[in-house]
Amino acid sequence: MSAQVVELLQQRIESLQGAPTRLTVPVHPALEDLVQLRTGTSYAVDSASLALALAAGASRAGEWVGFAGWGDFGAEAASQWGIDLRRTVLVPEPGDLWLEVAAALVDVLKVVVLKPTTLVDPKSAAVLDARLRARSAILVVWGAWPRVEARLSAERVAWNGADRGRGRLSRRELRVVVDRGGRRSVRDLELP
Amino acid sequence: MRVLVAWCPDWSVTAGLFELAETRSDRPPTSHEPAAVLKNNVVEVCNAAARAEGVRRGQRRRDAQARCPELALLPASPERDARYFEPVLAIVEELRPGVAPIRPGLMAVPAPGRYFGGEPHAAALVAQHLVEAGVWDCRLGVADDLFTAEQAARQAMVQDCVVVAPGTSATFLQELPVQVLATLDDDAGEGRALADLLRRLGLRTLGDFARLSAAEVSNRFGAFGLSVWQRAQGAAPAGLGSRTPPPELACEVGFEPPLESAEAVCFSVRTTAERFVQGLSARQLVAVAVRIEAEADGVVTSARTWLHPRCFTSRDLVDRVHWQLQAGTAGSGLRSRRDSGAVGAPIGRVRFLPETVEAAADHADGLWGGGADEQVTRGVARVQAMIGFDAVRVPVLQGGRGVADRQASVTWGERPVGLRPLDRPWPGRIPGPAPARVFASGLPAEVVDESGRSVAVTERGVVTGEPWRYRIDAATDIAVRRWTPVSSWAGPWPVDDGWWLSTDASGRGRSARFQLVGVDGRAWLLVWSAAGWSVEAAYD
Repeated sequence: MSAQVVELLQQRIESLQGAPTRLTVPVHPALEDLVQLRTGTSYAVDSASLALALAAGASRAGEWVGFAGWGDFGAEAASQWGIDLRRTVLVPEPGDLWLEVAAALVDVLKVVVLKPTTLVDPKSAAVLDARLRARSAILVVWGAWPRVEARLSAERVAWNGADRGRGRLSRRELRVVVDRGGRRSVRDLELP
Repeated sequence: MRVLVAWCPDWSVTAGLFELAETRSDRPPTSHEPAAVLKNNVVEVCNAAARAEGVRRGQRRRDAQARCPELALLPASPERDARYFEPVLAIVEELRPGVAPIRPGLMAVPAPGRYFGGEPHAAALVAQHLVEAGVWDCRLGVADDLFTAEQAARQAMVQDCVVVAPGTSATFLQELPVQVLATLDDDAGEGRALADLLRRLGLRTLGDFARLSAAEVSNRFGAFGLSVWQRAQGAAPAGLGSRTPPPELACEVGFEPPLESAEAVCFSVRTTAERFVQGLSARQLVAVAVRIEAEADGVVTSARTWLHPRCFTSRDLVDRVHWQLQAGTAGSGLRSRRDSGAVGAPIGRVRFLPETVEAAADHADGLWGGGADEQVTRGVARVQAMIGFDAVRVPVLQGGRGVADRQASVTWGERPVGLRPLDRPWPGRIPGPAPARVFASGLPAEVVDESGRSVAVTERGVVTGEPWRYRIDAATDIAVRRWTPVSSWAGPWPVDDGWWLSTDASGRGRSARFQLVGVDGRAWLLVWSAAGWSVEAAYD
């Protein structure tokens, strides 16, 4: 325990000294041990809930999070995941300037969830990655992205609770696959 | 000390007509036409033209309209009366400081003895200034004490003055009928009751009342009666609770020649914004709502009230000026970088008016910081400058039945207003996990049963067939545009509002919600109405 604290403090000191370091950002308890969020990197997800889950850990730890290009943002779901809406910035329709908006948000927010409206070329993505490293932020892309640290996808989703007109959706079981450039790790989860 | 009282009869009506003239562009009723202020459907105040038609205080709305069909009806609003009386006070204050506002429509000021060439001349000057400001019905009275001066003003003709010579207050008052007591300003209506009682006792004038002995009055009419008796003796206290003129907190800056770009205006208003904030902070105040007005060619072309979640700093104000001037240009909303910066007409003047100020102590930073991170605020302001101030939002929760009703978003840097409370039961809302994607307007969809007929809900709230497969037409994802078999479903839950409306093109009317889960594991929240199916949200 104390060793972890010392390590954390050392990372803090390094980041204060100006060196772009890779801090770890807490993740939602449901995804703990499965994926570790490190600042300066980008992650890709394929479902809205996973994007919310990745942002939730940082928001619960008191960081600011932002969502860009997500016009149909479910605020209630976000707050059920534990995201503090008072520390949330939402840019529903960034239009053609989505890359610039994402870059500006990365400057000041810890976790930025981006839903690109068009395909991004590797060069622009590299510029944004450099910005991420300089600012110690995390980019979560809901969609396609040229180079990511890990790609999370939800597979075999099964909803419980609804049965031919009776009940209501209550919980879901799903298999989260984390693809780290070829290395795959799989975990079956039950999420609310 | 001599007191001058200025009385504007039926001030509520006058103020209401002023407001009407400001808000209505077509011909508003003038003050010579009948108008009345109604409270609880009963005439509270009416003007002389309405009185001539037979409208009376205390009449019901219907009776008043029967007497005078063209009567302009105005809602009662004490705030409005006070607001429009403020400039009138300022006019008199310019002539003679020490104005004591008694109530909207009535003010007192120490009579300027010789300065304007005697009391009648001074009163005439006040009347002239009031008439120039549009208050044509004003009456003035000058006397030794406030009560007598008010009664004198009530005896005066329009724009005229009645001067009660020094030492003759008692003589003047004692000829007045007791009915004048009904106009005494008190909330409990004691003056009205006393006037009625004295009339029934056979005391017709204030003189009759004044001839009673102090002990008799005190025994029979109590403290209030005694104070009236003292006034009728001409012995009312003359002191005025005069006000200090309110400090001038608004700031403005003029540009000569007028500026044509928002950037130039922002650069030039910076010092004025700092002066505005400093002027407030010198009085230990901060502004939480500021009205910014921009003038072009002497006409206010852009005016807007901005709310701030904390309090305005000078940089916030400059940002707001920038956004406001940009929003006035064509194609506001999402803008590219090229066309930003131009303003519609050259700006000649920018004005900051504090709408709501609060004590600075309530907004001070804690020792370890507080409120929104300074850095985040700056960064988000940069995004706002890029794509428009209203493109950056803060999501908030609110109460409601449908999933789309239960959330809202506020422009970054503004305060949420008019949210529905969360702590009500909201019958008909769907409990359980909330959908991660909520569509602002429903996506049209199709749901059919095993035989291929569209599934509907009967008036009894029963489905006509079991949902078998579905298709979402407008989805961006190609996969869900194809027919997908339903693996499980829940519902129908009849929607609790709007069922009494007829089903028209807008799709309102009887409706019910369903949750559908496709075989691919995707879950959707759909709503059925007679107009068809639509997808409200996705449990992605």
